[in-house]
Amino acid sequence: MKFLQTAFGALLLSTPIMSLAQSASERSNINLRPGVTDISQQVFGLHMMMFWICVAIAVIVFGVMFYAMIKHRKSAGAKPANFHENVKVEIAWTVVPFLILIAMAVPAASTLLDMEDVSKPDLTVLVTGSQWKWHYKYMDNDVEFFSTLATQPEQIRNKFTKSENYLLEVDRPLVIPTGKKVRFLITSDDVIHSWWVPDFAVKKDANPGFINEAWTNVNEPGVYRGQCAELCGKDHGFMPVVVIAMEPEEYEAWIVEQEAIAQRAREEEQRLLAMNMSMEELMTTGKQVYDSVCAACHMPNGEGLAGVFPAIKGSAIATGDDLNPHIDIIVYGKAGTAMQSFAKQLTMSEIAAVITYQRNAWGNNTGDMVQAKDINAVMNGE
Amino acid sequence: MSTATDTVNTNPDSHGHDSHDDHHHHIPKGLMRWVLTTNHKDIGTLYLWFAFIMFLVGGAMAMVIRAELFQPGLQIVEPNFFNQMTTVHGLIMVFGAVMPAFTGLANWLIPMMIGAPDMALPRMNNWSFWILPFAFLILLSSLFVEGGGPAFGWTFYAPLSTTYSGDSTALFVFSVHIMGISSIMGAINVIVTIFNMRAPGMTYMKMPLFVWTWLITAFLLIAVMPVLAGVVTMVLTDKYFGTSFFDAAGGGDPVLFQHIFWFFGHPEVYIMILPAFGIISQIVPTFSRKKLFGYASMVYATASIALLSFIVWAHHMFTTGMPVFAEMFFMIATMIIAVPTGVKVFNWVATMWRGSISFEIPMLFAIAFIILFTIGGLSGLMLAITPVDFQYHDTYFVVAHFHYVLVTGAVFSIMAAVYYWLPKWTGRMFDITLAKWHFWCSLISVNVLFFPMHFVGLAGMPRRIPDYALQFADFNKWISVGGFAFGLSQLIFLALVIKACRKKGEKVSSQVWEGAEGLEWEIPSPAPYHTFDTPPTVK
Amino acid sequence: MAQDAPQQYEKYYVPEQSVWPIVGAIALFLIAVGAGNYVVEVSKDKSGYGAYVLIAGLITLLVMVVGWFKNQIDESMSGLYSAQLGRSYRQGMAWFIFSEVMFFAAFFGALFYARVIAVPWLGGASNNAMTNEVLWPGFEAMWPLVSTPGGTETQAMGWLGLPLYNTIILLVSSVTLHYAHVGLEENKRKQLTWMLGLTILLGCIFLGLQGYEYVHAYRDLGLTLQSGIYGNTFFLLTGFHGLHVTLGTVILIVLFFRVLKGHFTPKEHFAFQAGAWYWHFVDVVWVMLFFFVYIL
Ligand code: HEA
Ligand code: HEA
Ligand code: HEC
Ligand code: CUA
Ligand SMILES: [Cu+2]
Repeated sequence: MKFLQTAFGALLLSTPIMSLAQSASERSNINLRPGVTDISQQVFGLHMMMFWICVAIAVIVFGVMFYAMIKHRKSAGAKPANFHENVKVEIAWTVVPFLILIAMAVPAASTLLDMEDVSKPDLTVLVTGSQWKWHYKYMDNDVEFFSTLATQPEQIRNKFTKSENYLLEVDRPLVIPTGKKVRFLITSDDVIHSWWVPDFAVKKDANPGFINEAWTNVNEPGVYRGQCAELCGKDHGFMPVVVIAMEPEEYEAWIVEQEAIAQRAREEEQRLLAMNMSMEELMTTGKQVYDSVCAACHMPNGEGLAGVFPAIKGSAIATGDDLNPHIDIIVYGKAGTAMQSFAKQLTMSEIAAVITYQRNAWGNNTGDMVQAKDINAVMNGE
Repeated sequence: MSTATDTVNTNPDSHGHDSHDDHHHHIPKGLMRWVLTTNHKDIGTLYLWFAFIMFLVGGAMAMVIRAELFQPGLQIVEPNFFNQMTTVHGLIMVFGAVMPAFTGLANWLIPMMIGAPDMALPRMNNWSFWILPFAFLILLSSLFVEGGGPAFGWTFYAPLSTTYSGDSTALFVFSVHIMGISSIMGAINVIVTIFNMRAPGMTYMKMPLFVWTWLITAFLLIAVMPVLAGVVTMVLTDKYFGTSFFDAAGGGDPVLFQHIFWFFGHPEVYIMILPAFGIISQIVPTFSRKKLFGYASMVYATASIALLSFIVWAHHMFTTGMPVFAEMFFMIATMIIAVPTGVKVFNWVATMWRGSISFEIPMLFAIAFIILFTIGGLSGLMLAITPVDFQYHDTYFVVAHFHYVLVTGAVFSIMAAVYYWLPKWTGRMFDITLAKWHFWCSLISVNVLFFPMHFVGLAGMPRRIPDYALQFADFNKWISVGGFAFGLSQLIFLALVIKACRKKGEKVSSQVWEGAEGLEWEIPSPAPYHTFDTPPTVK
Repeated sequence: MAQDAPQQYEKYYVPEQSVWPIVGAIALFLIAVGAGNYVVEVSKDKSGYGAYVLIAGLITLLVMVVGWFKNQIDESMSGLYSAQLGRSYRQGMAWFIFSEVMFFAAFFGALFYARVIAVPWLGGASNNAMTNEVLWPGFEAMWPLVSTPGGTETQAMGWLGLPLYNTIILLVSSVTLHYAHVGLEENKRKQLTWMLGLTILLGCIFLGLQGYEYVHAYRDLGLTLQSGIYGNTFFLLTGFHGLHVTLGTVILIVLFFRVLKGHFTPKEHFAFQAGAWYWHFVDVVWVMLFFFVYIL
């Protein structure tokens, strides 16, 4: 049914595009979304203006051409004329397009100036891309977290049926207030990514080592979904962006709660330092962490991808007698490779668990156990 | 080996116009003829076949892409391999199919059109060609290196192509180097031939437009292929020798890569369309039986497009965070290109206007070209509008744009050219029934293939992804179906060309097409191995 | 019309088959495969066949160049060439040099971009205030970039001393080569021989000094290929220039021996002219380099 609808839309291009676009405020199958900010609506307006001008030009040019093809065809007995120049016409079709272009450029330039004006934000979020997740840090609050794809691998592998927001769902969405100018500082830890939320008309590249700025001011509360829009390696297609816009009061409550949660987590971390986890606990947590964080590169079976991501199974670092290189590479990463530092993303107990898991899974039967305090020792020299 | 005296001993009175010429030059036989040849027609044939084979190879990769995208979910290939397919598909189609096909046409046609005995530098011509199969052998074999072939897109943005790429990167870099050498030598040959080998009386403003557009294309090639060589060199040193051109920690900038790449890359896309404009400007007058409208303005328009192409590159980089005045500049410069391009389109329409039009196969392709290229051009214009490009960029809307200008633009023009000149090359008419099938199947399927890409792009589907959200599923199915159909349609073309090469079909006269004008139509069909040993005089 | 054709018309020499192009293509193939593997092997510290393939390729290329040129020289000496062919060669050479100019332009472009855009932006200029504040606090933009955002330290290469001498040497070599050319055109063979010899000598001295400068940079200044964008642009620009000087010197040496053998006439000396153009081009590049890399 849905297909029939869209196919119909394709046939009768113009009207359905308009009506669909206007009715479905969040999602259209064949047109840009007007979006939920003043800017995105301006952009949508520009898009429709461009579209109609192009349609008009096409209709005129093709119209004349088809007229000639029908009327002036040889089989209809047409005799060729022999003009091959006409200065007036030629000047006209040079000048008129120029005027059309100016008519396009003026509103475009004004929208562009608005979009690039990042001054006077109400709050600022640092957005950092890395292979293949986003990290959000609220510059004015003590809140930061990673945001990764939440779709189950089984759905991707066609084992489970696909959920409604297949590939467009994350474990921890970014939350912002409505009616406030939110500034994004966008950067990357490794390759270039691009942070894109269609409903805000915001798409900015995340360049490693540089910060790009963008902003939005959302009118309607809601959940807005986008994707990474710059090829960033293997899992470029699996790096969604989800933003929840809330009323300011709700947002304030949320951010206070987040700060409290962060505080509790730090205390919990301290508490865990004093404890030892059992092998079983370590292995269960370790497997969870591994599958959700590390498996993207090192593969669930620990065999990596030859030539790109090394195998953990049987690796010298993961089976050697010395634990330190193994801890080091996860805590500090390895500069200049895709192996980044995980100290920020994972807690010490998680790191301990994943190392234990790596050292005992897939036949790496070293029997070693690593505890949070071992990680703390490396990280804080205690 | 080649004894120079052979050529010199040939009868100095021999006239290019009669085919007894062939008796004086023995045409070498066997495989070595093709390996060692210095004849522009042989080399043209080699280029064309090579391009066709690469088109099939690149097309087969596109089929892998389309098969994977037939449904949401991962079913056929792994994401890493998918990226390799996208990358190598783009590289092969651009550098292996379209560019060599145009060079092949240039080799065949330019000497015949300007009344020259051959290209100006025949041995270098052979060298230019034979580099290519080796370059692509390297590129293709890099797919089998551990870790796979290049997977960073045909635009190989750093640092994905440097720090984060696989071991095959070095092979990729060197294969690009040598295909660059080949293109530069090919372009030098074209320029020198046109400057220096025209028959008496063939003034610049009498040259056929195909020659003009190629002259300007060759200039673009010499100007930008070395820049590509420069940027791949920097990729190589960044990856393997510790430089930091594209690494902020050392004071470089990943965006620097994009500036240099697109300084090459944008003129590159015009390299792939200007010769097409030339071809259409040859074909439309013939089948309209009327002189080309606005010859001089066509020349100026071509030159303007070429000059403008050097100052628009950053329209590929609107989202990289350039300062706003730069975005504005590149937006406006890009839009201006619509004017000279429009002049061309209008001139073609005006040529048809009050002509006596007939619809032979080359004309069908030419008409399809004008319409579909214009559609692609208009979507290009939409992309040029910076604030809206923020929404379009890196979605299938861009993919739709460039396949319209490249497939229904460049590739259709190449097919039009092949149909137009094939009888001249073989001396026989091709199989018209097959050709009609080829045209209509291609025309329909290509639109089923590429038109819905506009929709999924606008709806938000990013490019270069192996899997997508559910709302894109319906259209992608149709896109894939269109893709398979278009692929199969090309097999008709393959059959037709093989048949033509085996000299099946009716003999044709030297003029072949009723309205055709130009020196190439004054020599016999098939064109003798050596033409214009004595230059004709052009009045 | 038809009558005046024979006067203008000279036979254009179209060589028949030749092996050299395919040999050249194979040479490039071997070089690309060899270099592609060698580079990876070196960076990974493993052994392989890359270097051998590369060397085989270079040798093949050498064989090709020698064979091809020998062919050409024989043809030229046996009078097969026409004025028109001479023009083809000259124009071909001119466009080849233009392509080289564009190759250098890519690196100069990188240099300008780094100086005018990337480094200032890292220091917070233009729309990049946050870049500096958040990512590289404390980094100050400067050129030469002797302290990179990542913390690599190096020293800058001054322009007085060696670079200045080298500039003078190259400029003088262009003059001597010009007089060699004049000597050839006026059929003063002695002047030709001496001036050409002198040019070659100056070229060699330049290369020697340049090598010495590199040693100095690495040993005393800590200026290496790895020391950030300043070192990168410095070494790649001067390095590619140095390669071109080396090639130019080899060409001049070949020309020298041909002169000794009595080749070239005041009218027919395309090879000499091409070599001279190339040398002047290399010289102009150096002047640009001296100005933008060393002085500014
Ligand atoms: C043959 C190749 C070809 C050609 C001819 C063009 C032609 C044009 N292209 Fe396209 N382009 C590509 C190949 C080509 N392009 C490729 C391969 C990419 C993607 C690269 C990648 O990222 O992988 C790309 C991407 C691309 C982008 C970047 C999109 C993005 O990534 O965000 C932009 C943006 O401005 C653009 C613009 C244009 C414009 C304005 C033209 C103009 O030249 C078009 C001019 C023509 C017309 C306008 C139609 C005819 C004119 C008239 C009928 C006159 C009247 C018209 C008016 C007055 C409006 N192109
Ligand atoms: C001139 C250039 C050219 C040409 C001719 C084509 C032709 C085709 N291209 Fe394109 N394409 C590019 C240049 C070109 N392409 C570029 C530059 C990119 C960007 C790459 C990048 O992002 O880095 C791209 C990217 C690209 C994508 C986006 C991939 C992605 O973003 O992940 C897709 C997806 O559908 C696609 C499809 C096709 C199809 C179906 C064809 C068809 O027209 C091909 C038809 C031909 C054949 C199919 C061959 C003939 C038939 C056989 C060999 C027999 C086998 C046939 C069957 C089994 C049916 N191409
Ligand atoms: C984005 C990709 C990526 C992710 C995610 C990733 N790694 Fe890695 N990892 C790499 C790469 C690349 C290397 C190789 C680095 C090098 O070149 O030495 C590596 C190396 C390693 C090594 C050393 C292996 C060896 O023998 O050299 C270990 C151990 C390791 N990673 C553990 C982990 C753990 C634990 C996680 C998850 C918490 C993880 N990695 C997540 C890419 C990744
Ligand atoms: Cu991150 Cu694409
Ligand atoms: Cu472009």
